Amino acid sequence: MRYLRRFFAALALCLPAFAHAAIDPALLRPLAGDDSDARVEAVARIAAVGTDDARKVLQALLDGELGTTPAGQVLIVHDDQAFDPATGTTGAPPDGIDGIVVNNRLRGATEAALSGLALLAPRREQRLAAALALQGSRPDPAQAPLLRKALNSETDPAIQAILRQLVATADLNATDPALRRAAVLALADDGTPALRPQLQAMLSRHPDGSYAEPDASLRAAAAGTLAAIERRATRNDIIANLFYGVSLGSVLLLTALGLAITFGLMGIINMAHGELLMIGAYTTYLCQGLFRHYLPNAAGWYLLAALPAAFLVAFAVGVALERSVIRWLYGRPLETLLATWGISLMLQQAVRTIFGAQNVEVANPAWMSGGVTVLGALVLPYNRIAIIVFAALVVAAVWLVLNKTRLGLFVRAVMQNRRMADCVGVPTGRIDMLTFGLGSGIAGLGGVALSQLGNVGPDLGQAYIVDSFMVVVLGGVGQLAGTVLGALGLGEINKFLEPLAGAVMAKICILVVIIVFIQRRPQGLFALKGRSTE
Amino acid sequence: MNHTPVLFTARGWLVLAICVLAAALLPALHLALPASHPLHVSGYLLGLIGKFMCYALAALALDLVWGYTGILSLGHGVFFALGAYAHGMYLMRAIGTEGSYGSRLPDFMVFLDWKDYPWYWAFTDHFAYCLLLVVLAPGLLAFVFGYFAFRSRIKGVYFSIITQAMTYAFMLLFFRNDTGFGGNNGFTDFKRILGHAITAPGTRVALYLATLATLAGALLLCRWIVGSKLGRVLQGVRDAESRLMFIGYNPLSFKLFVWTLSAVLCAIAGALYVPQVGIINPSEMSPSNSIEMVIWVAIGGRGTLIGPILGAFVVNGLKSWLTAAFPELWLFALGLLFILVTLFMRRGIVGTLPGLARLLPRSARRQPDAIKEEETA
Repeated sequence: MRYLRRFFAALALCLPAFAHAAIDPALLRPLAGDDSDARVEAVARIAAVGTDDARKVLQALLDGELGTTPAGQVLIVHDDQAFDPATGTTGAPPDGIDGIVVNNRLRGATEAALSGLALLAPRREQRLAAALALQGSRPDPAQAPLLRKALNSETDPAIQAILRQLVATADLNATDPALRRAAVLALADDGTPALRPQLQAMLSRHPDGSYAEPDASLRAAAAGTLAAIERRATRNDIIANLFYGVSLGSVLLLTALGLAITFGLMGIINMAHGELLMIGAYTTYLCQGLFRHYLPNAAGWYLLAALPAAFLVAFAVGVALERSVIRWLYGRPLETLLATWGISLMLQQAVRTIFGAQNVEVANPAWMSGGVTVLGALVLPYNRIAIIVFAALVVAAVWLVLNKTRLGLFVRAVMQNRRMADCVGVPTGRIDMLTFGLGSGIAGLGGVALSQLGNVGPDLGQAYIVDSFMVVVLGGVGQLAGTVLGALGLGEINKFLEPLAGAVMAKICILVVIIVFIQRRPQGLFALKGRSTE
Repeated sequence: MNHTPVLFTARGWLVLAICVLAAALLPALHLALPASHPLHVSGYLLGLIGKFMCYALAALALDLVWGYTGILSLGHGVFFALGAYAHGMYLMRAIGTEGSYGSRLPDFMVFLDWKDYPWYWAFTDHFAYCLLLVVLAPGLLAFVFGYFAFRSRIKGVYFSIITQAMTYAFMLLFFRNDTGFGGNNGFTDFKRILGHAITAPGTRVALYLATLATLAGALLLCRWIVGSKLGRVLQGVRDAESRLMFIGYNPLSFKLFVWTLSAVLCAIAGALYVPQVGIINPSEMSPSNSIEMVIWVAIGGRGTLIGPILGAFVVNGLKSWLTAAFPELWLFALGLLFILVTLFMRRGIVGTLPGLARLLPRSARRQPDAIKEEETA
């Protein structure tokens, strides 16, 4: 029994070898002829054979290694060996071989046929790559048989879906109206926007007034498909804008959340906030360097170490700032602004002195590159998704700290009524220090996120400082929910304005909108209720 | 209590007059003496002092709103730059067909393949119109912005932050090539002003003297304003705005007036700056430049008028020297200056150095102590 199984296994391995003799000389002969149409057709028909020899013939045609004997035999001549695809035999090249000349049209057809042939490759990755490559081009009816063959033998559902679409696309120009109708109807479900010109061509008229597509009901179907594709494209655009808006919003949120604590809760105008972000980003850079040097095997996981490290470094810097400078300036916000600006200049210059004025390179770890494809055409990058999730986690953590811990209770007590808190024994000075440290540490976490999105350089913080203040002011000072809503709202508005007005104008519009908004509601989206006059 | 305070004592006026005279005599040393003479003043030094005087004028304008009215603007750079751009438009037109492309359009417009000047460049070949634009464009912006901000009683930190947003937005706008102001290169390569070559010593001296005269005039004007009843109201706004309102004043018009005036003074400073420095680009509108202006005022001593002028000279002198001698140290020094001044020298140089403080009358000397930060609520 075992021997029998082995025998069949061996037989299965031999099967491809049997396919050698499969190319009919009648298929090969037109290649050597002069009729351009016949040659192109021959290429398509050879490709439809789908064997390895067929691929070899087409490749040889492209490489100029295909020749013809006076007898009309077509041979592949390579390294002084002649291979006859019609018989599968190899021998010395006969005399009087003529190279087959390839013109541009034939070259294009051959290349398309070759990439079609890769659809039959044994490995899934190869087939997927070939299918994706074909998706970019526009398959013509001549390729339809090959595509159909590939579709029939395909087992992977993802590739099947692409192939079905390709078959339908190729059939759009078929001569058989039934095929065209089936194609149009099939594309209504999964056609991509790239097909729009082809469908529009079906609906257009020739100069003499007749329609390009003679069948009226088919035209109606094509119009329906076109509308369906448009609808899907609009929907995808909206979803993409929503996603990138949320993504931008979470970046803004991460940069502004620390400020929501130091500025929002404590009332400190911390112009060095951007530099705390920068410190977080540079800590990430250092972690990456350490991992690469000491743990090259786990280099992709440096981000996990960077998170606590960035928090602690920024926390320490924040505490140092608060103890040395800021605590002398409580109650003098405008002067705090100037002093912290001075701090920010010094921090920038310090980083420039230590790391150089050039941007440093922070690479995305491997598990964060790439993306997930949704709805057929929309790619959502993993690093964007990771940052959205990260922002949500940080917001949750901050909320928990402020509302569910003893420290949070003290923080709120000191911010609401410093004297009373002091009277009942809350160490207000220590709480000030820790609160500022917490805000700074969160800025450090924001810096880790920023390092994954763009350049890390001494000017990193400057780009975000105005935005961060806008978010906090817009959301309403002292309101965590306001900051979240402000950040996400700004992100969304920005992404929906960008296609209309361009990136820079969108930004300018938003600044103007915020300035106008603050005029209407100086307390921001969520105003604290109270009776104070100022 | 003295209700019409003299800002400067008799001695102070004397010192000031001597300073102005000395500054006015410098160009004579430049023109009359040969380059080898030990007392010769180089063109570089003259240009540097001219530039500093423009900065001083901007600092003076800022002191009017910050020192006397308690409105901290982090966006005065935009007025400075708008004034400079308005004057720069004339200077660009005056280049004529001598640009690199030999076109009657400025090089950057040729580069953008524009066929004609956009509408807002109309009449900018007239010097007088551009002077009007120097005053009107920033003045209008300040008026509209100030009207809405002061009407909704935005003050303190919030006002500072939205002025910063304003200058940031303008910077982004002017960085665009399509805005029609030369994108990130801005305006440069000026050739002549009113028919005189812009690099000629005579032209430079004339610009220098014009700047000096403007600065002295602006100082007198500000001195007159802060000494008048209007000035008292402004200081009332600074110290206790709510109380002022309960007495029956509407601070809106007072704030709006001084805010717009300050913006216009700043714009004039920018207009004088651009022919002397020879370039204006959007980086002048970056938030950091505006904050640097604030530090001139803070270091010199806010609410003293003379202090900000001194501050502009000291900080920029230091900057010129440090950026040449120790380029890495400049930002450290500036940052440290910010911190030390806010921590230890709240009254700035003028308020702290006793010799200088004697130039001020007692009431003016006490003022910074009376500054109450209302925005802490």
